[in-house]
Amino acid sequence: MPRHLISIDDLDRAGIERVLDRAESFAEVSGREIKKVPALRGRTIVNLFYEASTRTSSSFELAAKRLSADVVSIRSAGSSVDKGESLKDTVHTLSAYDPAAIVIRSPHAGAAQLVAGWTGAAVINAGDGKHEHPTQALLDVFTLRRRLGRLDGTRIWIVGDVLHSRVARSNILAFTRMGARVTVCGPPTLIPRGIESLGCDATPTIERLHEAEVVYVLRLQHERMRESFVPSLREYAARYQISTGRLAPGQLLMHPGPVNRGVELSADAIDSPQALIGEQVKAGVAVRMAVLYELLVGSPMLAAVA
Amino acid sequence: MDGPRLFHQDRAGAELLIRGAHVLDPRRDLDESHDVLIRAGRIAELGAPDSLPAPPDGETLDGTGKHLFPAFVDPHVHLRTPGQEYKEDLDTGTAAAAAGGFCAVIAMPNTAPVLDEAAILGSLVDRARREARVPVGFLASITHGLRGEELTEMAAMRDAGALGFTDDGMPVVSAGMLRKALQYQRLCGGVVALHEEDPDLSGEGVMHEGAVSARVGLAGIPSVAESTMLARDSALAIYENARVHFQHVSCVESVQALAQAKAAGARVSAETSPHHLALTDDVVRTLDSRFKMNPPLRTEIDRRALVDGLRSGVIDCVATDHAPHARHEKEVPFEQAAMGTTGLETAFAALLTELVIPGELDLATVVERLSAGGALFGLPTPRIAVDEIANLCLVDLDARFEVGEDGYASRSDNCCFHGRTLYGRVLLTLAAGAVAFRRPMPVHDPTEA
Repeated sequence: MPRHLISIDDLDRAGIERVLDRAESFAEVSGREIKKVPALRGRTIVNLFYEASTRTSSSFELAAKRLSADVVSIRSAGSSVDKGESLKDTVHTLSAYDPAAIVIRSPHAGAAQLVAGWTGAAVINAGDGKHEHPTQALLDVFTLRRRLGRLDGTRIWIVGDVLHSRVARSNILAFTRMGARVTVCGPPTLIPRGIESLGCDATPTIERLHEAEVVYVLRLQHERMRESFVPSLREYAARYQISTGRLAPGQLLMHPGPVNRGVELSADAIDSPQALIGEQVKAGVAVRMAVLYELLVGSPMLAAVA
Repeated sequence: MDGPRLFHQDRAGAELLIRGAHVLDPRRDLDESHDVLIRAGRIAELGAPDSLPAPPDGETLDGTGKHLFPAFVDPHVHLRTPGQEYKEDLDTGTAAAAAGGFCAVIAMPNTAPVLDEAAILGSLVDRARREARVPVGFLASITHGLRGEELTEMAAMRDAGALGFTDDGMPVVSAGMLRKALQYQRLCGGVVALHEEDPDLSGEGVMHEGAVSARVGLAGIPSVAESTMLARDSALAIYENARVHFQHVSCVESVQALAQAKAAGARVSAETSPHHLALTDDVVRTLDSRFKMNPPLRTEIDRRALVDGLRSGVIDCVATDHAPHARHEKEVPFEQAAMGTTGLETAFAALLTELVIPGELDLATVVERLSAGGALFGLPTPRIAVDEIANLCLVDLDARFEVGEDGYASRSDNCCFHGRTLYGRVLLTLAAGAVAFRRPMPVHDPTEA
C-alpha cells in the first residue's frame, strides 16, 4: 500500500482489490451487534473537513471509531480555519497531536497532497475540489463487485455533470483499472475537453444508454443553471434525467448522493430495485475502515515504521 | 522631451581584460575566440586570443572555454516596487537580472499603487537611480488602476521617462478603449504592450484547458482566450497604424494569428517566455503551484509552435515575465496560489538545457532572442564591438547546477525550474559598462602573465 491515499492513481488493480477484500471482512464486523475491533486502539485520526459533508464525514468517523481509534473531527465553520488560519498552519497545529492519519476534505484540488507534505501522518483524500474522491470510487467498485462478481468488460455509463465532479474523475480511473469500459454522457458544456485522455468515451446523448450494464448518475447542482451550463432544469431533465422508463431491465443504477430528486433522477428510479444507492452508503463505512486499516496497519513496510 | 528612459545606479566603468573567451554576437557574425579589452566601461579592443596586453590598472579574467555574449535584455519583469517589496524590490530584482546575464530590464506597472501617474514614475526613477544594479525601464499603465475604464496621462508619463504602456496582468477588454490608446500613441509615442486574454473565455481558469485539466479537475483557460484577443488587437493595430507588442504569447493559435498580422504589415512584435518554451501543462499533474502562471503552460503542440516561431522570427524575443511571489502566496492549493514564476536567474540555462542541447534551437538564435527585447522598445541593442558600452555576459556552458541549490538573488523562490538540473552558469555580467554580477572564478595573476 502507498503511504497516503490521495488519488486512485496511488493504487494499482491489486491494491484496489486488497482494499476491497479487507472491506469484505469489515463489512462482517458492521453486521455484528458490537461493531468494533481493536485494530487502531490508542491511535488518533483527525477528520479535517473544509466543506459540508454528511455521508463522507460521518462514515469516516464511524469507520475510525469501529477500528477503536480516537477521533477528532474539525469543520471549517467555528474553527481557527474560520479565523483565516492557513491550511499549512492548521496542519502543523494538528500534527502536534501526533495523529496516525489525517482525513481531509477541501474545496481545492491538490489540498490533500499539500497536507501530505506537511505532516508525518498518513493522509486520506476525502475529496479535493473537482480533482478526486478516491474512497467514493473504492466504495462504488466494492458495491459493484459484490453485485457483479467482477467488473471486467462491464459497460458503465457515467451521466451528468462530469466537468464539476471529482467523483467522476476517481470513478473513471477506478472502473477502468478494474477492467470496465466507461462512457461519460452529459451536456457538452459539462463534459470537460480532453476527458477521453482518462481512458473513457464521451457522448452528448443517452440514445445508447441501453448498452450499459451500470448507469452511474451524477448530481446536478442548481447553480449550473445560473452559470448557463444548462439552459433550464426542465431541459436538463428532459434530456438526461434517469427514470425507470429510461432504465433497461437489469441495469444497475448508482448515485454518489446527495440526490436532487426530480432533476438527475426521478423519484421512481431512486426507489426502484435496480438502484444500489443505499448499498453504496452502507459500503462507505466498511471501505473506509479498510482504507484506514491498510494505510496504518496493513502494510508490512508501514508496520515496521510504526 | 526625449530624456533618458533607463535608470540605474551610477557605477564606475569597468577596467577589464577577458582573455580567450568564445565571443558570440549573432548580429555581428562574431563566433570565435577573442581577447576583449574593456576600458572605462567601453569595449576598447577586440583581438586574437592572448594578443592584448593586460590593462595596467585593471583585472584580467581567463575566459578560455567560456562564452562571451551580448548581455540579455528582458522586456517583461515584475519588480514589485512600489508596494509589494516583500516579494521583490529594485535591488533584489536587478540583482536577479544581473545574475541571469541581463544588462537591462523593463518593469511592469501592476504595482501597488499602479504606475498610472507621472509622480509615481518620478519616485520610481529616483529609487532606480539609487538601487538598480542594472538599468531599468518602466512601462506605465494604459488605464487608471488597470481597470480598463479611463486612459492615463500617457503623454505626461512619456515625458517622465516611460518606455511605453501596458495593463499587463490584465487585458484591455474594451476594443474601444484600446483603440483610443493606440490613437493617442500618435501624440506621445511609446510602445503599447498587451496581455491578451478574453476574460469571458478564461473565466475562473487556473491552467491550460485540455487533457490535463480534465484529469486534475482544475478550471481551464482555453488557448482561444489569448489568440482571439491577439487577432482582434492586430486588426486594431493595422487600422490605427499603431506600434503594438504582444506579451507572453503561449499557444499555437496566437503564433498563427501573429504570423498573419505581420504578413499583413502590422507593426506588431511579440515575446514568449522560457517556461512556455521549455515546459508543458503535463507538469501541472503534480498540482505544484510553481507551475501556475498566466498565461498557463500549454501543450507540446503549442510549445513546438513557440519554438518554431522564435526560430523563424515570428516571435521576436524571449521575455521572462519574472513574477516573484512570497512563499505564503504559493504554499496553498493550486487554485488559490498566485500566478507567476520567477525567471531572470534561470532563463538562459533553461533555454540552453531544454532547447539548445536537445537540438531544437541553436545557441546563436537563443542569444539573439534573449538580447532583442530592448530594441523593440527603442532601446539600444547590446553589441560586442569596439567603442560600444560594455553590456556583456560571460557564461560557462558546461557548468551544471541544480536550480535553487545556492538560493536565489531574487527575494522570492517561486521558480518553475526549481530543483531541475540545468547547464549554463552566468559567471559575469557587465551592464551599462559596470560589473553588475560576478560569480567567484579563478583570476589570472598579472605577474604570471
